[in-house]
Amino acid sequence: MNSQSITPHWEHFEHEADIGIRGIAPTLEQAFEQAAIAMTAVITDLDLVSSSKVISINCEASNIELLFVSWINELVYEMSTQGLLFNRFEVVIDDDILSAIAYGEAVDRQKHQPAVEIKGATFTELRVYQQSDDVWIAQCVVDV
Amino acid sequence: MDAGQFIQRDETCWEIEPKGAMRVPAIIYADAQLLEAMDQKVYEQITNVATLPGIVEAAYAMPDAHWGYGFPIGGVAAFDPDQGGVVSAGGVGFDISCGVRTLHTGLTIDQLQPHKQALADALYRTVPAGVGSRGKIHLNHKSMHGMLTGGAQWALEQGFGEQQDLERIEEHGCMAGAESRYVSAKARERQKDEMGTLGSGNHYLEVQRVAEIFDPAVAKNFGLSVDDIVLSIHCGSRGLGHQIGTEFLKDMVMSAAQHGIVLPDRELACAPLNSPLGKHYLGAMRAAINCALANRQIITHLTRQAVATVFPGIHLGLLYDVSHNTCKLEHHTIDGRKKALYVHRKGATRAFGPGHPDLPAIFKEVGQPVLIGGSMGTSSYVLCGTKDGEQRSFSSACHGAGRAMSRSQASKQWQGKTVVEQLAARGIIIRSPSMRGVAEEAPLAYKDVSAVVDVADRAGLARKVAKLEPVICIKG
Repeated sequence: MNSQSITPHWEHFEHEADIGIRGIAPTLEQAFEQAAIAMTAVITDLDLVSSSKVISINCEASNIELLFVSWINELVYEMSTQGLLFNRFEVVIDDDILSAIAYGEAVDRQKHQPAVEIKGATFTELRVYQQSDDVWIAQCVVDV
Repeated sequence: MDAGQFIQRDETCWEIEPKGAMRVPAIIYADAQLLEAMDQKVYEQITNVATLPGIVEAAYAMPDAHWGYGFPIGGVAAFDPDQGGVVSAGGVGFDISCGVRTLHTGLTIDQLQPHKQALADALYRTVPAGVGSRGKIHLNHKSMHGMLTGGAQWALEQGFGEQQDLERIEEHGCMAGAESRYVSAKARERQKDEMGTLGSGNHYLEVQRVAEIFDPAVAKNFGLSVDDIVLSIHCGSRGLGHQIGTEFLKDMVMSAAQHGIVLPDRELACAPLNSPLGKHYLGAMRAAINCALANRQIITHLTRQAVATVFPGIHLGLLYDVSHNTCKLEHHTIDGRKKALYVHRKGATRAFGPGHPDLPAIFKEVGQPVLIGGSMGTSSYVLCGTKDGEQRSFSSACHGAGRAMSRSQASKQWQGKTVVEQLAARGIIIRSPSMRGVAEEAPLAYKDVSAVVDVADRAGLARKVAKLEPVICIKG
């Protein structure tokens, strides 16, 4: 199967105390985007989040897995300090540098009923790799 | 996990002798049932901890141990700086100095009963809880520095609390050696509006009834009688601690090779205690401990205000305040010699026994109160430190129940609304901004805290004093 025929998607995976986020997509960038959507789904129902606000995010790291952790942690930071929830992302990765646009809206406790706040991305089950069928996976456990 | 992997030393002590890269044995305190129910990851993680440079005696796992990050949650390990010992950001965790503080109310259940709903409403209104909640305090550069270096003492100076609170807080309310210059701008930014907030996840403020006394003499010393109402606060250093953990974890992962440290798991990232990075982390982590102590102090103040609206003139004094995610410099006796060691407790409570020099005079005779938080709708316990604990686990005990089920499993299995109704039928009031959060924290998603506490008692880590049952729970 051609990796391009895979629709980008996300899933959660089990961790005893917390929860894992995983993006699965034809490209590395889309896998990063999907994992970030998986993170929002840890907090609230995705359908409840609109795209009325836009922010840009930039980070860099010395390898692709550290870049993934940095990406997730930048989003955690923006969510925490700006009081935002995100539902859509456009990620561009150029070697060790990531630049992205994140769409979302301010947390509304009535509307979103946020279940938990994310403390940070961990190195537990951290993996970014391309499967033999060329599909990209980006995942880690987040501490909640 | 399979008990066959261990040498059973006694009913509650299971040892893994050093093998491979392990420098010391690994010891798990559990009974056969708890051990069997533990995830195999606990075995993997506690033996990994035993490989770290400068570890002394053994790597310990408490009866509530479960799969954590690098260290198991419920992990205890001490490191000797003179033997290349390390400090590990993963060994402290993201929620630095998360802990429990319990307050006396002077009320009995009969006095509370007619005012239960009013008190639940007042507490929920006054103490910010849940995702996106902000406090009324805004820290500027100067007050941030004061908070990071002063902890609960700083909070007191700002008018939050009473002088006599301090002797009933570990470190007398102020962690020495905090260096705010190693706390990043981002960590400060995450904290500036979060003082006096509970947070989310398993954090809570709970009104509890003393349901049972196991040790009348110690209970008397602690001021606890059956049917007394106490109030417990479970929370930590909020965004500041999370950001410090995040940043140093990455720095320690990246510098491990340069320090000649082989990491069996990246999450165990650490730095030599004597290295600049190790020292910077200690300075920042201690500042985060102060943040947690200040936070619980401010929440105490808010709680006092809320309670006074329902019970005018009432005084809420502290029982004690313990932290269960820390690394602290302590003196322990190794082979008959006193050594200065850095003791990591990741999801483990310090449990100094009678006569310990660091205890305030009020607890010198009986040992310190060890506050074990249950989960929403389940019992909590008050224990006290033992003399044996020093030899058993560097004076450490369990910290809570530990999850039996993941968050996603729990939210699939239960509806928040049903959980609230079921608890209401048992006379327990829940207030929470998120019904999904309530479902994820459902009582049955956690292990039985009573079994954990019984083993801690039988293992001699700490002795049971009192059992607390929830009456009102404000859930983050």
